[in-house]
Parts: sequence; C-alpha cells; structure tokens
Amino acid sequence: MPVYPMPPLPSDDKRWKIVNGTMRRHGYERNALIETLHTVQSSFGCLDDNAIRFVARALHVPLSQAFGVATFYNHFSMKPPGKHTCTICIGTACYIKGADRLLAAAEKLLQIKPGKTTQDGNVSLMTARCVGACGRAPVMLVDEELVGLVEPVRMLEQLESWTSHD
Amino acid sequence: MQIAETVNAEHGKFDHEVNVCVALGCLSQHSDQLKDALTKEAAASGKRCRVRQTGCMGLCAAGPLVLVEPSETLYGGVRAEDAKELIDSLGEQPVERLAVHRENYFERQQHIVLENSGYIDPEKIDEYIGRDGYRALVKVLTEMTPAVVIEQISASGLRGRGGGGYPTGLKWSTVAKSTGAQKYVICNADEGDPGAFMDRSVLESDPQRVIEGMAIAAYAVGATKGYIYVRAEYPLAVSRLTVSLREARRRGFLGTNICGTAFAFDIEIRLGAGAFVCGEETALIASIEGLRGQPRPRPPYPAMSGLFGSPTLINNVETFANVPPILRNGADWYSSIGADKSKGTKVFALTGRIANTGLIEVPMGMTLREIVFDIGGGVPNGGKFKAVQTGGPSGGCIPEEHLDLPVTYDALIGVGSMMGSGGMIVMDDTSCMVNVARFFVEFCMTESCGKCIPCRAGTVQMFQLLTKICDGVATHADLDLLVDLCDVIKNTSLCGLGMTAPNPVLSTLRYFKHEYLEHIEQKHCRAGVCACGSRVMAGEEVTA
Ligand SMILES: Cc1cc2nc3c(=O)[nH]c(=O)nc-3n(C[C@H](O)[C@H](O)[C@H](O)COP(=O)(O)O)c2cc1C
Ligand code: SF4
Ligand code: FES
Ligand code: FES
Repeated sequence: MPVYPMPPLPSDDKRWKIVNGTMRRHGYERNALIETLHTVQSSFGCLDDNAIRFVARALHVPLSQAFGVATFYNHFSMKPPGKHTCTICIGTACYIKGADRLLAAAEKLLQIKPGKTTQDGNVSLMTARCVGACGRAPVMLVDEELVGLVEPVRMLEQLESWTSHD
Repeated sequence: MQIAETVNAEHGKFDHEVNVCVALGCLSQHSDQLKDALTKEAAASGKRCRVRQTGCMGLCAAGPLVLVEPSETLYGGVRAEDAKELIDSLGEQPVERLAVHRENYFERQQHIVLENSGYIDPEKIDEYIGRDGYRALVKVLTEMTPAVVIEQISASGLRGRGGGGYPTGLKWSTVAKSTGAQKYVICNADEGDPGAFMDRSVLESDPQRVIEGMAIAAYAVGATKGYIYVRAEYPLAVSRLTVSLREARRRGFLGTNICGTAFAFDIEIRLGAGAFVCGEETALIASIEGLRGQPRPRPPYPAMSGLFGSPTLINNVETFANVPPILRNGADWYSSIGADKSKGTKVFALTGRIANTGLIEVPMGMTLREIVFDIGGGVPNGGKFKAVQTGGPSGGCIPEEHLDLPVTYDALIGVGSMMGSGGMIVMDDTSCMVNVARFFVEFCMTESCGKCIPCRAGTVQMFQLLTKICDGVATHADLDLLVDLCDVIKNTSLCGLGMTAPNPVLSTLRYFKHEYLEHIEQKHCRAGVCACGSRVMAGEEVTA
C-alpha cells in the first residue's frame, strides 16, 4: 500500500478541522465519503466544488465518485441556503391534509419555486418527503424548528416577517 | 438482574410518576418547556413525585401528552401554565379539563414493540433494564447456542416489518450458514415511506430495544459489527441513538466480552442522505460503502454477499424491536398472538382524515374496520370514508367494501395492496383517487435512481398520463396506454421501487375506475381537487 500524503486543509478556517476530524474518526477510509460530506454540509451550509475536491483527495476516492455522490442524494446541496429556511413537508399524510395548498401559497408569496432562495437571500423554500411527524400533519420546518398542524395564515405571517425584516 | 432491582427500588420511592412525552410530535409543542415547568412545580409541592421525559404515547395529534402513573391518567394539550394545577391534583381528582378520554383507542391495542414507549426515559439505560431490558441478551449469551436462538425466532413466526414480510428466522439461518471471516448486521432505519413514522418513534422512545435486538441477531448469525442506517431527517432519533450506544457500551452490552462472555459486537451509526431508494437493501449497502445508493441485481443476496462483500443480515427497526420479547417470553407466546402466517403485532401510523391520528400497535388479523373506526375514531367532521391507503408508494388503496378484511400480509396483497412498513392513510371524499395515484407516481418518479429505463422513463410517462387525466384532457386511449405501461414497469424494473410503482395506479383503477372515467368523459372531478370541469379556480381555497 502506497502511503498517500494528506492534502493540506483548503484554508485555516476552523471548520476544516471538524471535517478532518470526521475523516480521521473513520481512518480515512473511502467509505467515509458520505459521512464526511454530511459534516461539510452541516459546517458550511452546503457543498462546493472546492470542498468536494478536498474530501475526494483526502479519502482517495475518484472525483467522479465524489461528485456522483454529492449530486445523487437529495440532502446535499451545492447552493448556499438563504438566511432562513421554510421547509414544507409534502409526504402523503401532509398532502392529504393540504400541503399542496400550503406550498402553492408560499410559492406565490415568495415568488420562487421550491429548492430556490429569494433574490435578497433571505428565504429558501424547501420541500421534504416526510419528516416523521405525520401525526401532526400538515407539518413544516421553520429553520430547524418543527411546526405541526400548520395553518396557511400562520405560515404566511412567518414568511412575511422574514421578508420584511432583516 | 441486580440493576433491575435497584431501578425498581428507586421507583418505590415515589407516589406518582409524571411522564412527559418528548418525542418529535410533542416536542414541536414545546413539551421540553412543559417538562421543566412540571419539574419545578413538583419540587415546590413537596409531594413524593417524579417528573421524567419519555417517548411517544401514540396520540401525537393531541399533544403535548402527559401520563400520570400509577393512576394512568392521560392528559393532552398541556401547557406550561397548567403545570401547577396538574401537580396539585396528584393524589386528588384529575384535572378534567385536560384529561384525554379515548378508551377505545388504547384498550383495543396490544403493545409489544411499544411496551416501554411513554413509560421510560429513552436516554436512560437503567430504565430500560428496569423493565426487563437486556434480560433476553443475557439469557441468550449464557444459556443458548446460536442455533437455538435462530430456532426460536423461526418458531415464533416473526416476519420482516420493513415491507416484504420475509420470514426472519429463515433470513438469520441463511446468514448464519454463509461463510466469511467477517459478518455484519445492519438495521434499516431509513423509513423512506412518507406518512410512516413507526421506526422513528421506536428509535426515539426505546432505542435500547433495537440495540438489544441487533446484539442478539449478531450472536445468532456470527457477526461482530453492526450498522444502523438512519435517515438524516431524523436528527432526534440520531442523537438518542448516539447516547444509547454509549450507555450500552458503558454497561457492557456492546464492545468486547459482552456480559462477561467471549462475545464481541459493536454498532456504528450511518446517516442516510435523503434518497428513498436507499431503503432498498442493496442500495442501502452501497450507501454505507460511500457510493451512490443504487440497487444491484439479486442474487447474490446480502445474506451471501452484502456489505464489503461479506455476509450481511439486514432487518428493519421494528423487526429487531420484536426480538428481545420473543426470547424473553418464548416463541410459543409470540406465535399465539396475531393471525395465521402473520404472527405478533404490527405498529401502524394512522394518519389522514381520521379522528385519532397517531401511532398504534395491534395484533395482526384485526380488521381494517376495527382499526379505522374503533381505534381511529372514524372520519371526523361528518366526512365520509372513502379508502385507506396502506403500504406507501408500493401499496394501494382499499375501499369500504373490504373494510372487514383482517390485516395480514397475505390478505392485503389479495386486495391489491400490501402491508409495507405500516403507514395507513385514511381518505374521505375530499380526496380524488386519480390525484392520489398521481401523487404516488410523482413520488416514485422523483425518487427513481435512474439506473434502469422502465422505471426511470416509465414513471415519467405514467405521471404525464395521469396529469392529462387530472387536467381533463385525456382520452380512453390514454387510459389504455397507462394500463399497458403499468404492466411493463411492474415486470421489467430492477428493484422493488420500479416493480411496485404502478401499484397505486392499479389499485385505484381496480376500485375507483369510475373516477378515472368521470375525469375523461365528463371532465369532472367529484372531489373538486383536479384542474378539470367543476374545479374551483387554481389557488383558491378548497374547503378542508
Ligand atoms: C424502494 C424500497 C424502499 C425500501 N425502504 C425500506 C425502508 O425504508 N425501511 C425498511 O426497513 N425496509 C425498506 N425496504 C425493504 C428492504 O429492502 C428490506 O427488505 C428490509 O429492510 C428487510 O428487513 P425486514 O426483513 O426486517 O423487513 C425497501 C425496499 C424497497 C424496494
Ligand atoms: S427500478 Fe427504479 S429505483 Fe430501482 S434500480 Fe431501477 S431505476 Fe433504480
Ligand atoms: S407526511 Fe409530512 S410529516 Fe410525514
Ligand atoms: S409524539 Fe408525543 S405522543 Fe407521539
């Protein structure tokens, strides 16, 4: 086995140390790719070209595999998220309870499609396929916080407060 | 066991236990703050009572829930402001204003997998041990050979709860017989089926039970390493599992020399990344290996050649959760519960247009009518029952005429649906069945991994045809084409996702063909959901 040199950290941003920590924990094994990308995304908010290249080199996986994985999974995003995120669950239980109407109303107010961020970078609109709180459907995530039995009016108020302030 | 006695002695010190649900549903209602308020009031009251956090109590829609022991009084919709009144009432009359009276909901259930849910703090291993936890593992390691364990599991009649219903004992014995220096046990906690949250709830409410089940399985098949593959959308489950694994290691139930024997086994968590297809076992294995989660043809089955090419046992969360009670109480006990060829209980997530939404566990063989009307309380607000959808995107819709069907693996298949992982979504006349079929096909279309053409291209075509029907611009020829497509996709796809993607279409066509015909011939959607005929203008509020 040739010994590969570890590539230098892309910058002295402390977050790279966290990323490196995940790789170290897994002994720099190739199968740590997805775990490492999770750490990159939770530390930096999204994956970018630079990060994927670094991880690929450190774990000795082909670039094609690293990009293949990064684009295959819904959870990974290559675009930075907005300041706030509204995630509407469109799983079956939520759908039966009117999630499509919530989504339509949110799209109309924000003037964006799901998966996009408003021009001013304030709000990202996302959809989820069931967050597991179906007993309280319809459900949305306001940033990280889960809100159940969502009423359209309350959702719109929340979105408006984000677009008008900060 | 000594720990059990210490824990139970601890219990004896209190006159009242106040259990607060801190599973996802109630937590979203700030039940953590409620718990703090109750703890404060309890301390101030001077009563011999203890407040503790627990897992899901089932009736999530009525949350936040509080259960008082030993009086077994259940409260719902409790706010922090109610804390004082609630604590004051201990030993007196219950607070009627907050009490939840859903006797039918609870009395008709039988809890095996959920036996500890709502009764223990999921982050305290001692509480699990206090309720007979790890007794089965100790028994297995000290008194039973792997062959005897497998025999017990086979004799119990347990079948996989992840959807397919494959006999668990048979799977274990195949892995046990496979040769390989290294073997793996994987717990499938991907739970990709939208509308289902049984596995999440078990992991959040009683994680040690799954760990114990996995350790027993590992001993039986000869594995030393395990993985729990959890979806990243379940952060609370992940954090409880992390705590629980650490506790189990500290107590010597994981690691080397488990319970003082030569047996060694440890478990690692792997996070999913939001791909439904990763619930499929070969895709899941690829994902743990750090690859794109695409299925591969079987055979070879994972039992022969799975993770890193080694023999691998893969079971669902609920399947593992059934293992400890089976070994504790014996195969005969388990096989006496449930129905012929569908033994034991099943946890269902009851959602949709139903009065009591939440999680239930019932013996298999109970009829759909009992589940929907007796336990679920039927359709609220005077709505009329139309269908119950089971089996998620792989399943189908079951109409009123089959409500007296006993819920077993085979009976559900017989009416064109399936057990699946246990999602049950009740629909009333506000749902359009063509639209529902379109919803599931859209799901399969966006979740198709794209590896094989019938699924990748076929689901897109199905979706377009269904959209045409919904929009009122389809012809009879389109409907014929749709039926042909279903046939092709079902028979030529590589994995279960493609093979079952047509099911929602086929089952709605079987029972609700008239709705398809109304859309085509009269441009009419009787539920007023679709963009044809009598439709309310787009964007306008459709009455809920
Ligand atoms: C598309 C697809 C998705 C699946 N998703 C899950 C899942 O989320 N959870 C699960 O346990 N099994 C899922 N399965 C079934 C698994 O492939 C496998 O049969 C199961 O985990 C075996 O466990 P069991 O024998 O305990 O049921 C899925 C299968 C397919 C084809
Ligand atoms: S059937 Fe669909 S999901 Fe399964 S392998 Fe083929 S394309 Fe992928
Ligand atoms: S369907 Fe929305 S939380 Fe499950
Ligand atoms: S989440 Fe609290 S009862 Fe289910």
